[in-house]
Amino acid sequence: MTKTINLTLKVWRQRNAEDKGGFETYQSNNVSTDMSFLEMLDVVNEQLTLDGKEPIQFDNDCREGICGMCGCVVNGRAHGPQKATTLCQLHMRKFDDGDTIVIEPWRVKAFKLIRDLAVDRSAYDKIIQAGGFVSVNTGQASDASAMPIKQENAELAMDAAACIGCGACAAACPNASAMLFVSAKVSQLALLPQGKPEAAIRAIKMVRTMDLCGFGNCTNERECENACPKEIKITNIARLNREYIKASIGSSVM
Amino acid sequence: MNWLVNTLTSSIGKKLMMAVTGLCFCGFLAVHLIGNLTIYGGKEMFLGYVEHLHALGVLITLAEFGLIALALIHIITGLTLYLQNLKARPIRYNTYKSAGGRTIGSATMPYTGILIILFVLLHLLTFRFVDKTNTNDFQILVTTFSQFGSVLIYIVAVIIAAIHVSHGLWSGFQTLGLSHPKYMPIIMGLSVVFAVIVGVGFGFIPIYVSLIA
Repeated sequence: MTKTINLTLKVWRQRNAEDKGGFETYQSNNVSTDMSFLEMLDVVNEQLTLDGKEPIQFDNDCREGICGMCGCVVNGRAHGPQKATTLCQLHMRKFDDGDTIVIEPWRVKAFKLIRDLAVDRSAYDKIIQAGGFVSVNTGQASDASAMPIKQENAELAMDAAACIGCGACAAACPNASAMLFVSAKVSQLALLPQGKPEAAIRAIKMVRTMDLCGFGNCTNERECENACPKEIKITNIARLNREYIKASIGSSVM
Repeated sequence: MNWLVNTLTSSIGKKLMMAVTGLCFCGFLAVHLIGNLTIYGGKEMFLGYVEHLHALGVLITLAEFGLIALALIHIITGLTLYLQNLKARPIRYNTYKSAGGRTIGSATMPYTGILIILFVLLHLLTFRFVDKTNTNDFQILVTTFSQFGSVLIYIVAVIIAAIHVSHGLWSGFQTLGLSHPKYMPIIMGLSVVFAVIVGVGFGFIPIYVSLIA
């Protein structure tokens, strides 16, 4: 038989970016522990709708941990208490009967709040647009073995490419810094030969855009790598620093 | 030259300035501690060390100006980073829980830093900017640490400095991009070891002096 638990939810409600917002308390009873966190919120929303109240707005899409759309701060932790897990993959079995759960949106100035728990993460898109790509013509795929790549680098690039851009790094960072995200996006290309020609301009433009978006500065607190649902490591931040130093003093990019 | 300004004022640029100046201060701490250890050799040895240091003449003045420059860069950049980071999260979390990355050192850097500035000013007023015509450095040392309050302030201050260094040292390497799967864990371990050496090394001097006074 399915185990059920009763919960008290303290949810951040805010009508829009200009609204002051505040916490609302809801009871969530008979929650199946097999539910995901978002399914639990769905049930709460159904009740709110039946009661004629506005449902809680939260970001979500694939609900299988790969799209990077979902994410809230649950009891002070980005994506909740389970390591290497997006909020949609967090299950209610991680909570106990009678728990009070505090749910807040990502608190990052560069992520403007849209409504309730939904935030605008287009700042990350702006950073990608600044240089997180390779300018090669599409067409026939080149021969797979034409470009030798060390297995180690292929693995490291793949690890960096696992970033889903959910924003948890900036949300968990005590300084609201986006360095882990930017470092993953710089690393996945800097490690591969295809990314080399534009490595310098990429590092400089992405870092400048990150600064312009209003993110904080990295102080190596290591909260990001511990909160990241894809376990992106801060060794990527060291690589970004190297790439940035190389680009700034060793390239002709102004 | 615009590129240089752009580089140094970027977030990574500011961090690089913190790292370079901070690592220089770690070096300074090591040299300062080694020099201070002459106190255990007795009054003659300590005063001999002081004399040798002053005999360097213009070199020591240059070093002092160098340290002031490093301090200004470290303090101004550090405060800028601190204020920018506060601004990057205008609304704080109601509930915040560490995911496991923070340490006492990393979480308190700006605060320990500010306390260290205050301590360094006090330290300089006690030992550096003082009239030494009728006294010598050993005498000042003994007079200062015969007071229990001074001993306490110095011990607390070096513990604060040690906490600051425990994060600062490895953090400097990370910022400079000097991260390697083989060496980074060693550097992180050495940061803690260095912090303990700084704390215990400097911390015992006031106690020792108060005992011989």
